[in-house]
Amino acid sequence: MLRNKQCSAVEILNDVNERIDKTENNIGAYLSFNENSLLHAQTIDELLAKNEELSYLAGIPIAVKDNISTKGIRTTCASRMLENYIPPYNATVINKIQDAGMILTGKTNMDEFGMGSSTETSFFKPTHNPHNTDYVPGGSSGGSSAAVAAGESILALGSDTGGSVRQPSSYCGVIGLKPTYGRVSRFGLIAYASSLEQIGPIGKCVKDVAMLQTIISGYDKYDSTSCAHKTEDFYKLLKADVKGLKIGILKEYFSSDINEEIKNSIYNTLSILKKNGAKLKVVSIPMSVYALNSYYILASAEASSNLARYDGVKFGYRTPEYNNLSEMYIKTRSEGFGDEVKRRIMLGTFVLSSDYYEDYHKKAKKMQAVISNEFSDILKDCDILVSPTTTDTAFKIGERINNPIKMINNDFLTVAANITGLPAINVPCGKSSKGLPFGMQFISNKFNEQLLLNTAYAYETYIDGFDFGLKLD
Amino acid sequence: MNKYETIIGLEVHAELKTKSKIYCDCKNSFGSDPNTNICPICMGMPGTLPSLNKKAVEYAIKMGHALNCKINNISHQDRKNYFYPDLPKGYQISQADTPLCENGYLDIMVEGKKRRIRITRIHIEEDAGKLLHDNSDNNSLIDFNRCGVPLIEIVTEPDIKSSKEANIFLDTIKAILKYIDISDCKMQEGSIRCDVNVSVRPYGESLLGTRCEMKNVNSFSAAVRAIEYESKRQISILENNGFLFQETRRWDDSKGISIIMRTKEDMQDYRFFPEPDLCSIFTDDETIKRIKSEIPELPNDKLFRYTDVLCLPYNDAVLIAYSYDKAKFFDEAVKLDICSPKSICNKIISDVLKYLNESEKELSETYITPQKLVRVIKEVENGNISNTSASTVIKLLMEENKEPEDIISERNLTQNSDEEFLLDLVNDVIASEKKSVIDYKNGKKNVLGYIVGKCMKKSMGKANPVKINEIVLNIINREE
Repeated sequence: MLRNKQCSAVEILNDVNERIDKTENNIGAYLSFNENSLLHAQTIDELLAKNEELSYLAGIPIAVKDNISTKGIRTTCASRMLENYIPPYNATVINKIQDAGMILTGKTNMDEFGMGSSTETSFFKPTHNPHNTDYVPGGSSGGSSAAVAAGESILALGSDTGGSVRQPSSYCGVIGLKPTYGRVSRFGLIAYASSLEQIGPIGKCVKDVAMLQTIISGYDKYDSTSCAHKTEDFYKLLKADVKGLKIGILKEYFSSDINEEIKNSIYNTLSILKKNGAKLKVVSIPMSVYALNSYYILASAEASSNLARYDGVKFGYRTPEYNNLSEMYIKTRSEGFGDEVKRRIMLGTFVLSSDYYEDYHKKAKKMQAVISNEFSDILKDCDILVSPTTTDTAFKIGERINNPIKMINNDFLTVAANITGLPAINVPCGKSSKGLPFGMQFISNKFNEQLLLNTAYAYETYIDGFDFGLKLD
Repeated sequence: MNKYETIIGLEVHAELKTKSKIYCDCKNSFGSDPNTNICPICMGMPGTLPSLNKKAVEYAIKMGHALNCKINNISHQDRKNYFYPDLPKGYQISQADTPLCENGYLDIMVEGKKRRIRITRIHIEEDAGKLLHDNSDNNSLIDFNRCGVPLIEIVTEPDIKSSKEANIFLDTIKAILKYIDISDCKMQEGSIRCDVNVSVRPYGESLLGTRCEMKNVNSFSAAVRAIEYESKRQISILENNGFLFQETRRWDDSKGISIIMRTKEDMQDYRFFPEPDLCSIFTDDETIKRIKSEIPELPNDKLFRYTDVLCLPYNDAVLIAYSYDKAKFFDEAVKLDICSPKSICNKIISDVLKYLNESEKELSETYITPQKLVRVIKEVENGNISNTSASTVIKLLMEENKEPEDIISERNLTQNSDEEFLLDLVNDVIASEKKSVIDYKNGKKNVLGYIVGKCMKKSMGKANPVKINEIVLNIINREE
């Protein structure tokens, strides 16, 4: 519509802003807004009027998780520690979306430093699920998913360390993609667990997500772990076709712990795919049940080191009163971090200590290799794997915040993709009798995001588009 | 008689003189205004990532070759975690289990004898910032310019047996760093520093004693003092039936004592783990070979060539071979093939080194060139100037950018070697010193010097003393 000049970038932004005015009080998806968004939209409109060559997402509003560095715009990681931190540089993905002419609406709420599955560990406020504001939106990219679901942005960027894009997308009924490790530059993403996390797109239709993924992909000389792998245009190559597609149904991920409604809905989806030519097969990854244990050891270990820089010396929070250096460190970190962050720093420090390194960190690393091998073996026989994204639909705000184990178990189905570095996508798959959405997860081989997007696109086409059941008037 | 032997292991840190820092594009230079060579990456700002400077890897491998190490094709970088205000990320990127270079050795010459010191490993890491303490208002300031400057750490086995050996080892390391041109080696700028591990044990004992690590050793001479102090301290504890504890001590060079920093119980746990932001370092055999081919002749090889091929005296050869500048100067002078290596060596030792010691200058800070030195030596050999005058000329050549010939003529240093002139001169003197001639003939041979001296005086120092000597002898011996 924008390209055909049926509407302008400013009009789209105004629509989004109207929506924000109307619902943000009840949702709380954003932590800060971009004061220059209107200016940017006007610039894009001027360029469009001059018929300048622009990317297909030029003029489209995008919300960005508050752990992605934005030059001159507060980036807090939803932590007291970085309450007033304004980055002096842009993350690589921010440069990319700006070069593409996208309009940054604002920065979205999240679990503190990405640690949590409900956006409740944010120092500032909880975010509410747009489908029912008594419920959490999931996390840690809860603000981004909620913003897209509520129409407070067209697209969003989240980050996924153990499921943080896919799980909230499932709870909010939107599409969320975790790319292959190394596909997207992490430069400027404030690190939680460096070896596991990726920035990923969140949107309401597969085309949008494919476009955004195309824009943010690619090697970056500032991120040594980004891959030189050639990036195709995922959008241009989108194909609604599953003929001959070999789909593996992950046995361990359809256990009795999973909500029956979700399972049934996925079976229903699979039968639609089968009708269109996909071949189904039940597969087993026995060691995947240890993925969660390995994940928490590796993620906490890296977090304990990544978060060491918040020491009150150079930036961020510093305790007002102290008598010496060590007291300054202790008080700053005790006051600046929330409970979940402290829990993981302590766990990580423990598993890295020389007496326990062999027992925990080394073993977790070995398990990571074992699980990766199992997945790559299975993916020789299957093109794509399917599972629920979450064991259940969203839970109520406050319901699990004091039960860290239960909270952690939320990630049971999503962490394997992070442990193995494989790409995975959440595709909306239905709504529960309580009216809460849920999704299914597709996993493919490394650097085969195209297949994930094609499968999701095919499904979207077969059902004539996703029904979000949220009246966006 | 000392019953104990001292066992020393060294950890030498040398800053590499790459153009940019090890993990970002910031300039690697000393002496800039505080916090001007910094960026979000070396400041450890949230979200930043390191990218490895390949030059630092190459330099480290170069040192690995120079110290006869095995170069690992695959090596990893690890995080060393600890809190300190000069460490912006709260961890230092270093190398733990798989360093770039391992299992080497360095032969050092101790009183003419070869001693082999085994090298455990050489790895790369990043330097930290510098704390500046302002005592006036009880504040500490941090200069982050040094943050991310590439370092190599060279770790030895406990093979060093005395402070003297340690000193020679360090001097040799420094010379090699200069030779392969990877470090400025400026002690006063802290570009080379070391930690010292010392233990003592009774002679004949094969097990190592309890060691103490000493930090804050900021110069080689301080290393010597620290080792001597520490070995005495440990021996006196053992002599008094005391116990030694493994501990880290801080060397206070101004007071000449070591002070306890921490005991084994509260040793830091650095919680090493693989740096997830960086990939493994792969170095193929071809690259390793290429770097090896770039290594020049090293001090030990030079020393061998000087003593065994050029036949220089050992003590002189050491002085030249272990100094990159002097060896280069000497080699160039020899290459001109105008004077003998021996005569060049003599002049370097007697005049050039003397001047450098007195002026506390480096050779590079003077104006003399190998060509000029050789020309001076040639003037002496041709009998145009005396050795004494040559010393004067060399000194002036070092101080000023002048030609030797100009100095000789300006200062009127040419000596007279004209046969006729000298013969007249000697005849005149002998005619007035009849008594001395008789004394000489009666066996008082030292009168010769007196007569030559008289000749020199009469010529106002211009006569060639060697020739005068010959002529006087001829005349006296003829006068039967």
